[in-house]
Amino acid sequence: MRPTFFGRLRDAVGAGAIDRAVPANIADSEALRAWLGADFPDVLDAKVRIALDDVLTTRPAPIAGVAEAAFLPPVSGG
Amino acid sequence: MSMISSEPINPAALLDAFTRAVQGAGAIASFTGLVRDDDGAVSELWLDHHPTLSGEAIAEIAEDARRRFEVAAVHIVHRVGAVAAGEPIVFVAAASHHRRAAFDAVDYMMDRLKTDAPLWKRERRGDGAVWIEAREGDHADRARWETTE
Repeated sequence: MRPTFFGRLRDAVGAGAIDRAVPANIADSEALRAWLGADFPDVLDAKVRIALDDVLTTRPAPIAGVAEAAFLPPVSGG
Repeated sequence: MSMISSEPINPAALLDAFTRAVQGAGAIASFTGLVRDDDGAVSELWLDHHPTLSGEAIAEIAEDARRRFEVAAVHIVHRVGAVAAGEPIVFVAAASHHRRAAFDAVDYMMDRLKTDAPLWKRERRGDGAVWIEAREGDHADRARWETTE
């Protein structure tokens, strides 16, 4: 599992991606958010959306087998 | 057609190529956005993007515009990475039989890009850097199109 971070989250975390061995009890995207939030509180912001393997989630989605969880803050506009 | 570019873009060359590619159209409208220097306060913008989602969202905006306004062709090129103040950051064009559809398609694509494209901007101001989010006005501009969608 590779959490990735974009926009201001990239600077807040200090990296665009981190490698984490996610504990077995973390089953869905929102549990993952809460777990990472202990180290990186910026991801707890409800406006931060999560995409699992390039698919945006709108509710807790299973993370079993997912390679990338992208944390996307509100957009800046083009 | 749409693309993301990490290299500088040349709006005049893009418009020229688009014009040649859409022979038979009666009207072409285009828009070029430049990085504002905010009276000298901003020296550079850095645009972060997602390697998959950003390109997909921009392609969807282009396709939505093409269908909605029944224009013959549209083109979006958006910069990512470091863009100096005064440099082009986005180029948008539409070709149609008559001018109104081309104007509207360009206006629509820019409003959608401002609120729906996963792009994140960091301004360099003096020694510091500031992440910026969409303005209220951007969402109001986007909402103009919702009543007739």
